[in-house]
Amino acid sequence: MLHFARWKIALIIVVVLGGILTTLPNFFPASTVQSWPDFMPKRQIVLGLDLQGGAYLLYEVDKEDYKEKQFIQLVGSIRQALRENPRIGYTGLGIQGDGVQVRIRDNTRFDEAEQRLSELVNPLNSGVFGGATVNEFVLEPQGDGLFRMVFSEEGLDMRLASVVSQSIEVIRRRVDELGTTEPSIQRQGTDRILVEAPGESDPQRLKDIIGATAQLTFHLVSQEMSASQALQGRPPAGTIVVEGADGQPYLLDEAPLLTGEELQDASVAFDQQTNEPVVNFRFNTTGARIFADVTRANVGQPFAIVLDDEVITAPVIRQAITGGSGQISGNFTVDGANDLAVLLRAGALPARLDVVEERSVGPGLGQDSIDSGKIASLVAAAAVVLFMLAAYGQFGVIANLALAANIFLIFGVLTTLQATLTLPGIAGVVLTIGMAVDANVLIYERIREEARAGRSAIGSIDAGFSRALGTILDANITTLIVAVILFSIGSGPVKGFAVTLMVGIFTTVFSAFTVSRFLIAMWVKRKRPSKLPI
Amino acid sequence: MKLLRLVPEQTNFRFMHWRVLSFPLSAIVAVLAVVLFLTVGLNYGIDFKGGTLIELRSKSGPADLAQVRQSLGALNLGDVQVQEFGDPSEVLIRIESQGDEEGAQQDVVESVRATFADDYEFRRTEVVGPRVSGELAYAGVLAVGSALVMIMFYIWFRFEWQFAVGAIITTFNDILLTIGLFSLLQLDFTLSSIAAVLTIIGYSLNDTVVVYDRIRENLRRYKRLSLEELLDKSINETLSRTTMTSVTTLLALFALYFLGGEVIQSFVLAMIFGIVIGTYSSIFLAAPLLMLMKLRANAFDRKEDVTSPSKSA
Repeated sequence: MLHFARWKIALIIVVVLGGILTTLPNFFPASTVQSWPDFMPKRQIVLGLDLQGGAYLLYEVDKEDYKEKQFIQLVGSIRQALRENPRIGYTGLGIQGDGVQVRIRDNTRFDEAEQRLSELVNPLNSGVFGGATVNEFVLEPQGDGLFRMVFSEEGLDMRLASVVSQSIEVIRRRVDELGTTEPSIQRQGTDRILVEAPGESDPQRLKDIIGATAQLTFHLVSQEMSASQALQGRPPAGTIVVEGADGQPYLLDEAPLLTGEELQDASVAFDQQTNEPVVNFRFNTTGARIFADVTRANVGQPFAIVLDDEVITAPVIRQAITGGSGQISGNFTVDGANDLAVLLRAGALPARLDVVEERSVGPGLGQDSIDSGKIASLVAAAAVVLFMLAAYGQFGVIANLALAANIFLIFGVLTTLQATLTLPGIAGVVLTIGMAVDANVLIYERIREEARAGRSAIGSIDAGFSRALGTILDANITTLIVAVILFSIGSGPVKGFAVTLMVGIFTTVFSAFTVSRFLIAMWVKRKRPSKLPI
Repeated sequence: MKLLRLVPEQTNFRFMHWRVLSFPLSAIVAVLAVVLFLTVGLNYGIDFKGGTLIELRSKSGPADLAQVRQSLGALNLGDVQVQEFGDPSEVLIRIESQGDEEGAQQDVVESVRATFADDYEFRRTEVVGPRVSGELAYAGVLAVGSALVMIMFYIWFRFEWQFAVGAIITTFNDILLTIGLFSLLQLDFTLSSIAAVLTIIGYSLNDTVVVYDRIRENLRRYKRLSLEELLDKSINETLSRTTMTSVTTLLALFALYFLGGEVIQSFVLAMIFGIVIGTYSSIFLAAPLLMLMKLRANAFDRKEDVTSPSKSA
């Protein structure tokens, strides 16, 4: 156990030097490190959000909201399909529980109705091998003229998957437009999106920007009755009551004339008379044509601009608007107008997103955690070093050198892998400092025992190392199992703890069996001891 | 220079003898822990219960807890806890989960922010919705369970079944006691507590495995010794290592406890406790349990030659 081939010695030195070199950039400010010569490693350790400050936001697609939206559209499609010539009489069309129902009046035309409705199941291409298609809806004839349409399970899953992808795109565009932070945005599971924004300590504006559905629609204001009348009774078929930003209710045609999808651009401007911020928008060609037609046909009538189920403004159409552009004014602040323009440019979210988990840490707490983590690690290391010196003397020096190599290796590996260091991660390092000497303790205690059993100094050292090996491996593998499990289930900070624990286990075994052993071999060679110093 | 010894060079404690004391004692404490868990219960943090946690620091002078409480009361948020956190200028606010509506928690954060933004710095905000908290709880239980199972298989594979069972009972005892501590002190039980429990499992097993390793070795070497003497001998031989490692680990953890900051203090406290009971259980439970299971003295006979001391490479 005490003989080392030359290449092994070289390897050990290279590894330890590598650890020191890759750790080195962490001691200097980033600007200094960049000016180093090219052969030097420049990467610094990645700090978790809990250390550098920032926001962790987990969003979930609101399934119910999405389903309801789809059902409203489906109701419209069914109405249209049955009203086509020749008209099929129906009754009770609407959303019932988790589906849409309609009853055909004339039982003899049941088959014809089924034929028309079955065209609405909306085949989706699953796209895996181009072949298989999945229908979004399932048509369930219930007998007695009753039809029910529900989501197919695969169809809903596929739709949600694409909702998530679309939402990620939209969020990315919005955040890019905002330009202040560079968060990472990624899909998590089937219906979640994780947004991590380092350095963002007050995520409120970010949340406002991400969370707004920004569904912009243009509706004619219904003239059938006043909104307050509608609120007392029931709004007439095909109309809805929507609350306005001013607190007033409006009775609107349910079907929008136009949606935000037809928008080409939006920007902030100032009203020339009032000097209030307003948002100017421009439709694309299709949108502009429809807008021109609609405004021409409804001169003198009010129409409403609705954003996320709220009427922002309801001006009266004075003349046909043929240029395809318009203006939204509604008591905006400059920031508010700017955010709205950003939202309109980036497009609407296909469904509502809810924040299901949020963790944000201010930069103050992050820095405090780094500082106290540093002090704690240094004190822990100093205490262990002193203790090892007291317990093992010269061999303690060797254990401490191995510990130093170990710590450099841990940070070197973490830096090279660009693993994230979190606050529990620092705790993991400190725990490793405490436990790292365990390998040396096992070896030294074993050496002591072998010496008591009557072996020569060199014989004891040799036997001590080889016998302790099995124990050290067994003991560390059990801890490794735990660390791997922690890594696979943990999130964020806990994952950081698991990473440092895992890395620590490998570097500990390495440094005990190469660095310590090599140093002791050198010592034996030089001293040729007849008696052990421990 | 005289070297420091935590335990004398040669010890001859009769640990097996003490099992008449250690078994009932451990059983009583374990039962107490379970009773505490069932009656007082864990103080689940927002990770598992859902809700909102906000850490504030006053922008000038010490925080006015009474005033913070009053302002929060006016917001009508249900069960709200306010406490000082580490420093008189810092306040920790816990607000209970706001029903099943996923978006509702966000309104809470917004209103709290609006109320305190002028006088306080928001150091930390954590919001966990009801669905996520359920999943996290499930993941936590799954993690502890799968860790136990995998380790049992590993030890069974490396040793004999008696060792695997002994290690699992010992570890389970450590987990129970840790849960008992969390219940007794009403420490926040969060995701990091699960991490602490898993670390304790790792550490306690580490200790147990070292003792078992020596037992296996001695079983092969000393054919004449009775099982009781052999177990005593093995524990005595590893005693110095067990205490040394506990001490270095505790030294490091105490540094972290006192200097590492308020945020991880309960995490570290759990680990300190775990190291202490882990050390106790690997000495007083792990090995004596082997006697209970009637480990045969020749358990490892067929695997290799037993009498000659192994030649080192």
